Amino acid sequence: MNIHNNIEQKLLAHFDPAHLEVVNESFMHNVPTGSETHFKVVLVTPKFSGERLINRHRAVNAVLKEELADHIHALALHTYTDDEWQNLYGNSPDSPNCLGGMKRQAS
Amino acid sequence: MDTVDKIKQQIAENPILLYMKGSPKLPSCGFSSQASQALMSCGEQFAYVDILQNPDIRAELPKYADWPTFPQLWVDGELVGGCDIIMEMFQQGELQPLIKETAAKNNENAE
Repeated sequence: MNIHNNIEQKLLAHFDPAHLEVVNESFMHNVPTGSETHFKVVLVTPKFSGERLINRHRAVNAVLKEELADHIHALALHTYTDDEWQNLYGNSPDSPNCLGGMKRQAS
Repeated sequence: MDTVDKIKQQIAENPILLYMKGSPKLPSCGFSSQASQALMSCGEQFAYVDILQNPDIRAELPKYADWPTFPQLWVDGELVGGCDIIMEMFQQGELQPLIKETAAKNNENAE
């Protein structure tokens, strides 16, 4: 199972992105080495034009429904149109540091 | 009361409501921490539910909201979004007016 690859392929197929980054950030968290639980996605597509953030996120969540249900614990989503992305000079926000919530809820 | 009714009641009774992991003072997750800090900096009172203490809500809310992750910010009975949306609105200067207006409106209603 390669969740990273699944996410990438599905987003490429559905959003025809001008820019796509899928980063496995699981190493930043309290999970075994090699885990695929925490991801950050930067997705730039003209399809987001005129769409509110919540609808953009809902569209991504819908495409990744299976992965979210069974594998992904955290998904940081940064969704932009081409213009918005240019205005950011191609810099997306960093994800926050882990505070150990996953370990706490497991115990 | 079943869990969905409990959720509906919480959302109806609290105009600014954050479902999060831990509490604003002691968040258990980086995303919940960022979201609650942004919300606190708006300077208005808000309610929160610690979903780690409420496993039933944790299980049901994602289905009810059609939103898979936490935190979740609900304002005036509507889902605003998760951490990334809260932070982006905060940085764009959109979060504070929304929170201020909601608090003002509900204080008026209460008087």
